[in-house]
This record gives sequence, C-alpha cells and structure tokens, in this order.
Amino acid sequence: MSAAMAEIGPYLALILVGFLPNEFWRVLGLVLVRGLDERSQIVVWVRAVATAMLAGVLAQLILASSGALAAVPVGVRIGAAVTGFLAFLVARRSVFAGVAAGIGAFLLGAYWLSH
Amino acid sequence: MAAEPERPPKTAPRALLDGLRAAFGSVLFYVLLGNYLGIGALAHEFGFSVVWMVLSTLLIWAAPAQLILISTLGTSTLIEVALAVTLSSVRFLPMVAALLPMLRAEGTRQRDLLLPMHLTAISVWVEGLRLVSTRPRPERVAFYNGLGMGLMFAAVVASAVGYHLAATLPPLLAAALLFFTPLAVLMVSARNSRTLLDALAFALGLAVWPAVAAMKLGLELMWTGLIAGSIAYAVHRVREATR
Amino acid sequence: MDPYLALILVGFLPSEVWRWLGIVLGRGLDENAEIVLWVRAVATALIAGVVARIVVIPPGALAGVPLSVRLVALGGGFVAFLLIRRSAFAGVLAGEALLIAGALAFGA
Repeated sequence: MSAAMAEIGPYLALILVGFLPNEFWRVLGLVLVRGLDERSQIVVWVRAVATAMLAGVLAQLILASSGALAAVPVGVRIGAAVTGFLAFLVARRSVFAGVAAGIGAFLLGAYWLSH
Repeated sequence: MAAEPERPPKTAPRALLDGLRAAFGSVLFYVLLGNYLGIGALAHEFGFSVVWMVLSTLLIWAAPAQLILISTLGTSTLIEVALAVTLSSVRFLPMVAALLPMLRAEGTRQRDLLLPMHLTAISVWVEGLRLVSTRPRPERVAFYNGLGMGLMFAAVVASAVGYHLAATLPPLLAAALLFFTPLAVLMVSARNSRTLLDALAFALGLAVWPAVAAMKLGLELMWTGLIAGSIAYAVHRVREATR
Repeated sequence: MDPYLALILVGFLPSEVWRWLGIVLGRGLDENAEIVLWVRAVATALIAGVVARIVVIPPGALAGVPLSVRLVALGGGFVAFLLIRRSAFAGVLAGEALLIAGALAFGA
C-alpha cells in the first residue's frame, strides 16, 4: 500500500482528501436549500479548478511519462498530442478523429525515430 | 396592527457576541474540549505537525473525518482516505439543509450562508437548532456564526493542548490520553443509538473491520462501512417486514 | 499524484452532474428515507471501524500497552457503561482505569 501522502505532502493531502470530500456534503446541503444556480460563483470556481487540475494531470502524463511511454522521445509525445487536437478541431470536434489521429501520429513518430 | 413592540434586532457584531457567549456557556463546549484533547494527542503520535492538526480542525471541523485522516493518511492510498472521509460525512447534507433555512432573513445573500454552512458540525447544529429559534430572524446568521466559532475555538485550543500533552506526558499517561478517543467514541455512539439499526451497525463495524483488514485488499474502512452497514440495514428491513 | 484520484476528482467536478444533482436533490430527501437509513448505517459502521483500527493498530505510546489489555479495557468500559445507567462518563472512566491498571500490571 503506497503511502501516497508522502508524494504530495500532508497539507495538500489535508485539502484534497480531507477538506474536499468532507465539505462537499455541506455544500450540497446548501445547494439543496438554495437551489442550484449554475452561474453561482462557487460552481464556477470549482469547475475552473477541476479543469485546471485535469490539464495538469494531462501535462504530467505527457511530459513526465513513465514506463514504456518514457521510451518514446518527448517531442513525439507532444507532437502527437498536438496533432490529435488539431484533427479534433478540423473534424468538427470529433473525439474519435482526435484520438485516432493522435495515436496514429504517436505510432508513426515512434517508429520513424527509432529507425 | 397593534402588535407588541419587539425589541429592535441587534446589530451583527452584538448578535455574534451573543452566539459566542452561548458557545462558552454550553455543555458541548466542554465535550468538544475533551474530544479534541484526545484527537490532538493522536495527531502527535501519528506524526503530524501541530499546525497541520489545527488546520485540519479549522478546515474540516468534523471529528470522524479528522480521525480517519489522522489514522490512515500515512499508510493508505489517497483514494482510500478520500472514500472513507466521503462516506463518513454524508450527514452534513441533511444537517445543513435542515438548519440553514432557519437562518435566512430578508436580504440574506447566498454567500452569507457560506460561513454558517462551514461551521455546521454536530455540536453546533444541536445547539443551533435549540437556540436560534429564540432569536429574531435578522440576528440569526450572526448568532449562529458566533456559536460555531466559539465551539470551534474550544476544539482548536484542545487540539493544540492535546498535541502538546502527548509530546510531554510520560508514556503511561500518554497511552491513557490516546485511548480516550476510541473509548469516548464507543460510549457516545452507544448512548446515542436510538434504534437497533444504529447499535447493530456500530457493533458489526467493530466485528467486521478486523476481518476486512486481515484480507489486506485495501479500502478497509470503506468496505467495513459498506458490509457491516448493509448487514445492519438488512436486519432492520427484515424486522420491519415481519412486524 | 494518484491517477485514479485525479480522474475521479476532475471527472466528477466540472461535469453536468452538478445540474443533475440539483434536480434530484430538489425533489427533497423524504422520498429517499430508506437510503438515508442505509447511509447512516454505513457511516456508523465506518466510525466503528476507525475505533477498532485505533485500538488494534495504535500509534506511539498506546502501542506500548499489550493488545489484550487494550481490548479488555475497551470491553470493560462498555460493560460499565451498560451497568451504570448508560453513562458515557462512567464507561470512559472505567475503561481508562482498566487500561492504566492493565498497563501497570502487564506491560509497557
């Protein structure tokens, strides 16, 4: 069982797995009482933070890869991600197109650079 | 409309002061002192800093969640801790939903309810329910905030003192201080068990945990809660059905 | 950080779940009384698990007291609680007394 707290520090752990899951229920109680206002500042802030966190996780996955992924040069990983995203935009925001293009670019780049 | 003249509502700072006074005069003030003395000691023995302990009281303000954090953070994955804390804090939803409408007055903005929302914990809620209805509406938010902050103050001070005691007491007394928390939780849960469901859930929890922990699957607290709680609930349903 | 945790956090928080939750909750909690009971049972059992855990895998100074002493003190305290008009105070006092007596006699 990994002592995950050692990785992120006790204070971040306090907030992430102590404060958030706990306060979540209080906020839900407030929401129940007041009705949900999608534009309320709390919701807006939470969504912004969560989206930023998601971006951070993605960046970490691409830039600080481990295992088999690390064998592929960083340039290829970034290039593949960008290619995938561009394909997504071009193909009328098709997730399938983006993923397919990204993986395709990744495989091409990895193959090409190792030969 | 010859209604009896009511006294004009007090200003917010005055109502807050009233709330503080109510907190300091409440039995629950001392209960919290005792509780958090033990929790502070546990935090020390589990290797957290006193700053962390005090911060956890301010940010989380829930003894069960804090106990879960303190006793499992060092040895469990983050997801396990998060799941256990999430399960343990569900009661805040109905508590906040039941109490906050009592605080609302004309002109109360949603953000005015954020502090009362955060300050809501069992002791604050119990006293709040009892006392807030005796105050005129415009005073209630400030009063409740005072009540909550006063009780939180007891917990914060006791956290730091308990922490320090664990650091300085001889081993035997420190052990007794640490043992206080499980003892107190057991007795208070037993005393507050209004129904068979409550008592059975607790008893089964005690019995199921060793089994689940021995299996070393991880997520032991979550599984303990789900398994033991579900069995207790099933027993309750069977009893209800065969009445 | 733990990827599964990140996934749940960022997957859940920004999504449409908020709106859905608002609608579901708006219908009030009364309809879900049975769920409330079950959830309460789960939370209670979980707290009991925490108690068991602290007694069976204690930190620091408490670990110096033999397990049998800890268990007897917990059980004995509970019995005292039952016998003395369900007084939590009596239970805690008895439990502490048993612990200290046991620790002096058998360990630490």
